[in-house]
Amino acid sequence: MSENLIVPTMAEMMAKGEQPEVLFWVGCSGSFDDRAKKITKAFVRILNRANVSFAVLGAEESCTGDPAKRAGNEFAFQMQAIMNIQVFDAYEVKKIVTACPHCFNTLKNEYPELGGKYEVVHHTEFLKSLLESGRLTIEGGQFKGKRITFHDPCYLGRANKIYEAPRDLIQKLDAELVEMKRAKANGLCCGAGGAQMFKEPEKGTKDVNMERTDDALEVKPDIIAAGCPFCNTMLTDGVKFNHKEGEIQVLDVAELIANAQDL
Amino acid sequence: MQILSSILFIALAVVGISFFAINAKKIYRNIKLGQSVDRTDNPSERWKNMLLIAFGQKKMFSRPIPALLHLAIYVAFIITQIELIEIFIDGIFGTHRVFKDSLGQLYTFIISLIELVSLGALIATIAFLSRRNLLKLPRLNKEELLGWPKKDGNIILMMELVLVFCIFTMNGTDEALYNMGASHYANGTQGSFGFAISQHLGPAIFGSMSEGTLHFLERVGWWGHFAMVLAFLNYLYFSKHLHILLAFPNTYFANLRPLGQLDNLQSVTNEVKLMMDPNADPFAAPAPDADATPAKFGASDVQDLNWVQLLNAYSCTECGRCTSSCPANITGKKLSPRNIMMKTRDRLEEVGKNIDANKGTFIDDGKSLLNDYITPEELWACTSCNACVQECPIEISPLSIIMDMRRFLVMEQSAAPMELNTMMTNIENNGAPWQYNQMDRLNWKDEN
Repeated sequence: MSENLIVPTMAEMMAKGEQPEVLFWVGCSGSFDDRAKKITKAFVRILNRANVSFAVLGAEESCTGDPAKRAGNEFAFQMQAIMNIQVFDAYEVKKIVTACPHCFNTLKNEYPELGGKYEVVHHTEFLKSLLESGRLTIEGGQFKGKRITFHDPCYLGRANKIYEAPRDLIQKLDAELVEMKRAKANGLCCGAGGAQMFKEPEKGTKDVNMERTDDALEVKPDIIAAGCPFCNTMLTDGVKFNHKEGEIQVLDVAELIANAQDL
Repeated sequence: MQILSSILFIALAVVGISFFAINAKKIYRNIKLGQSVDRTDNPSERWKNMLLIAFGQKKMFSRPIPALLHLAIYVAFIITQIELIEIFIDGIFGTHRVFKDSLGQLYTFIISLIELVSLGALIATIAFLSRRNLLKLPRLNKEELLGWPKKDGNIILMMELVLVFCIFTMNGTDEALYNMGASHYANGTQGSFGFAISQHLGPAIFGSMSEGTLHFLERVGWWGHFAMVLAFLNYLYFSKHLHILLAFPNTYFANLRPLGQLDNLQSVTNEVKLMMDPNADPFAAPAPDADATPAKFGASDVQDLNWVQLLNAYSCTECGRCTSSCPANITGKKLSPRNIMMKTRDRLEEVGKNIDANKGTFIDDGKSLLNDYITPEELWACTSCNACVQECPIEISPLSIIMDMRRFLVMEQSAAPMELNTMMTNIENNGAPWQYNQMDRLNWKDEN
């Protein structure tokens, strides 16, 4: 697939004297993780298609500090936060969209007290608003009639009560949305949050992502949808462990929409 | 004789209530050992939460069966308080059913209602006892409940059974007495109280007994009811049953912010801002009263937690909904959010006793909440998913305690698991949890 992604940086925009509608916060996972980079690109393809004026920070972006904060390192977190806020301020950022619920949560909820007040939206909310305003149209495409189950990321769902935006998007694909027994406020963690992604789990009887993958497999989906790069990794591992990678795909909601549009 | 009974009643009431007041004061003192935190903002939302969540039991209904059973006992508990007012008046002044004449039909209605909800409570109590002891529900039989907590749960339920039996004995025998014209109410006239259950139950069970036996049993029921209430009141202090009082303030003072929002440590903000201020003099001595914040980052003992977290610990009902929804616990790890709350209360009680024994000051006992009660292994197993907080019917946050203790482990002791240290170093050096160069952050754009 030839890639003609248009990805302006804030610095480039500023040099041209322009201010984008929204800053796309890519996040560490979206920048460096091979699987998550595909989500990033899918989202950019949609932004390009919908003619959204956006920019990224590129090399000026840094970790939000979320994993450090959840691990207990308030110093590392606040250092990151205050440095990022200085960058946002320099570019007079008003609105931020991100595909990572962890970045979303901390930018939205924890930055304001440190002086960083922005309108922060998760990419599923942003995509929904593009559809509602008619800037983007989608049809079922390849997902018509497919069984799709959505795994609620803790930091999108319980932490910020966003349950409907991703589901609305999936339903727009004319797909059959099937719910796991533990969903929405009762959803089960993928096992990666709270900095667990970066360490071995404590001793137990099972890994959390296996337990969650079993929840998903129970509803016999064609696709497991997620809205978080970490959940995506954890569930992909779970599906592989069950040798189901040939039958079941784990896709981000942005990828579903980009693929439906054949972008 | 009547005077004697009144004196006995008043003495019992005074002793019972005084003991309770002494213990309540201790609980208040212990909660105040915590750090200050402001939870007075937004009173209208706080009242609303209290009314919906504590009074209205809203969150209980995420699990309908225990919610309905609990509701039966809860409603019975609330409504029976009306009868308690009458018991107090009768007990002090030697009257008998003092409200009956003034309230008339309404009195019959209220007592009938009490009887009906008491029957509901009886059924619920039996169901609860079987859930604990016969069906052995997993969340009510976890290892942290072995010993006292398990006994505590059963004792409360037994006390409830006794209380319900007292109510029916009292009303049933009085009905039988009234039928034969021997009730202390309207002595000499014959009639029926017409209470929903005891008008049938009374004659059926007690109808054939002698007047003397009935009078005796009626008093057993009446005094039993009163004594049970006092016993209950004083038992609360030792029990998870404290929630019947503390659930109300606990929901009022609960966190109103999004669940994902952790607090930013102000003491750290001050230091970070100083570090990043190019004009700051690194050798300047801190202003004398610059901050009165604790000298410690994070929490290793109960005094480092804030008072809402300590109130949470006293309010915990040990229902285990948190633990049964905890991903770490579900997958066999040592972490149990309920146990975090129980251990916090145990340690707080221990600190309180230490203070009592040492004339009002805490003398270091060489122990702390961290390690002696809660292990790092438990703390590191948490995914911070907020399932425990979501599940708690009264808005307790075990997660906030876990996070404060992680902060202590990391910022005071540098005792994070090695991989997390690597992750944190990467963030500090490369601006990402992995070891990539920050300059490569946009490489994805040109990769296929």
